[in-house]
Amino acid sequence: MSPSYVVQIENLCSTFSTRGVRSVIHQNLNLSIARGEFLSIVGGSGSGKTVLLRQMLGLETPQSGSVTVLGEPASELGRAGAASRVGMLFQQGALFSAFTVLENIAFPLRELGTLPRSLIHDTAMVKMQMVGLDPAAAHQMPSDLSGGMVKRVALARALVMDPPLLLLDEPTAGLDPDASDAFCTLLRSLHQELRLTVVMVTHDLDTIFELSTRIAVVADKQVIVDAPPRQAIRFDHSFVRDFFRGERGHRALAILAAADQEV
Amino acid sequence: MQDPQPRIVRETSASGESISLYGSWSAAALAQIDNWTALEESLPRHARALMEASWDLRHIQRLDHTGAQLLWNAWGHAWPRHVLVLDLQRSTLNRVARYTMPPPKAQRHTLKQLFLKLGEWIMGIESHAVGGLRLTGQTALDFLAFLRDPSKAPWRDISGHMYRIGATALPITALVGFLIGVVLAYLMARQLRQFGADAFIVNILGLALIRELGPVLAAILVAGRSGSAITAQIGVMRVTEELDAMRVMGIRKGSRLVLPRAMALALVMPLLGVWTTLAALLGGVLASDLTLGLSPEYFLIALPKVVQLSNLWLATGKSVVFGLMIALISCHYGLRVLPNTQSLGEGTTASVVSSITMVILVDALFAVLFKGVGL
Repeated sequence: MSPSYVVQIENLCSTFSTRGVRSVIHQNLNLSIARGEFLSIVGGSGSGKTVLLRQMLGLETPQSGSVTVLGEPASELGRAGAASRVGMLFQQGALFSAFTVLENIAFPLRELGTLPRSLIHDTAMVKMQMVGLDPAAAHQMPSDLSGGMVKRVALARALVMDPPLLLLDEPTAGLDPDASDAFCTLLRSLHQELRLTVVMVTHDLDTIFELSTRIAVVADKQVIVDAPPRQAIRFDHSFVRDFFRGERGHRALAILAAADQEV
Repeated sequence: MQDPQPRIVRETSASGESISLYGSWSAAALAQIDNWTALEESLPRHARALMEASWDLRHIQRLDHTGAQLLWNAWGHAWPRHVLVLDLQRSTLNRVARYTMPPPKAQRHTLKQLFLKLGEWIMGIESHAVGGLRLTGQTALDFLAFLRDPSKAPWRDISGHMYRIGATALPITALVGFLIGVVLAYLMARQLRQFGADAFIVNILGLALIRELGPVLAAILVAGRSGSAITAQIGVMRVTEELDAMRVMGIRKGSRLVLPRAMALALVMPLLGVWTTLAALLGGVLASDLTLGLSPEYFLIALPKVVQLSNLWLATGKSVVFGLMIALISCHYGLRVLPNTQSLGEGTTASVVSSITMVILVDALFAVLFKGVGL
């Protein structure tokens, strides 16, 4: 594989059987994600976006085809130290509810077993502030946090070992517009500062156009287009038309236009 | 993917000491035990000499925030006089420099807090008592409403719970009962034979199994099996906000969640108690036949003569109370679960422990209250 691709998916086929009925989710799906991209995966409900994300993490095994992440098969990712290769922001945050904020963030480092406590805590405190959290929140429990804070803690935990690849599942779902905008700004600055490769699954058009450098549209069991936003929305397909150019799309397209004027 | 070992090379020349860093200074590489011990020795903390030396970080393959933090701590939270770094490394170090701070102090346990904890604990007991009483009263009211109009009752729920709690528990209760019967009969037989009182094994086994062990064994097994399940079910409904959804729809959890379970358990428990008793008696009969040569025919003819019928009624009544108690206790703990995993685990444990304890306590109470009945 060429080293410039962080994720490579080749001839992926996934099927699911619910109560004996087999349904095909992906058929001969191909997708390559280059280093440094901010890729949004969009598609209708049930088109298998989240499944694709879970396959990149090795949480699900495809029927056939290969998923290569950072030069290794995705199924190998779950080994010890996986946190230094891939960070994942789950939709609900998936914080460990028995741990405090600081312990949550420090958890991947502590599990390594060798680094001294003070160094781990220092690193976790730095990460906490990098995602814009108040240091005073370090000893709060996840159940005491607001939705936006949960996402930030989860992001800090995903990034604590500086993985080159970050996966986001609906990062702004459940946040109010203010918190959502702030989180977008944070994601963009982290993407640039840390030179991350980011793969995001979302329905939120604002977020997509704010952040993505590329958009991959999943429809008809395949990636029908994988291109920069401007080209992706002009692609001729019924889903793309409905999704980007409907009533909802207008405001989001205005963002693109504004960005053009700035340039 | 083996990361190259992080290394420090120190050289002293006429212009002073120079320190060059090589390898991967990332959390994954640093955490390898060999790398870490080697580094610890060569990186003394806060040494003046380190700050005077000229540092060269440009050969580092990967410097992540953990590595940067390590260096920053070694430098005593300040830049050394001469440092050669790449732009990316500098921005990482700058971020670390900007944000490094000790974690805020966790709250310590002072004597006053311990005192307050005690108060909290006592108030907790009170709230358990009040909550339990309220739940019992509410269930009683719901039951009266049920009696007034049985057609509105959640019959499907009740039969479903009866199947899950009762029918699926038949194999395990039978097995445990049978084995206890065998063990008891075997032990007893050896003692009785010394007195030549072989025939009395029917009295002992009959009374012990029918009056005490059958109902109590069944209750303990059901408490462990279904009590925990009920607490976990209701607890997860709290976590997933299903309880709130029911409340918003105006459906009362008492009549929908608690009453069906309480009724199912109250109905199923006596049946399971009799079933366990029968299995235990079967074990007892077999063991007496083998050890004492007491024929099963004799056992069955003698049993009704030595064990009065009132014992059976007592056992049945006891079982109904056990069933109600297990249902109420597990629902009580289930409804108190908070939306986090730890609370769910604690609630389930507490539920099983208190149901089993209560079963044994109430059994002792029955023994005292009814000491004149059937003996």
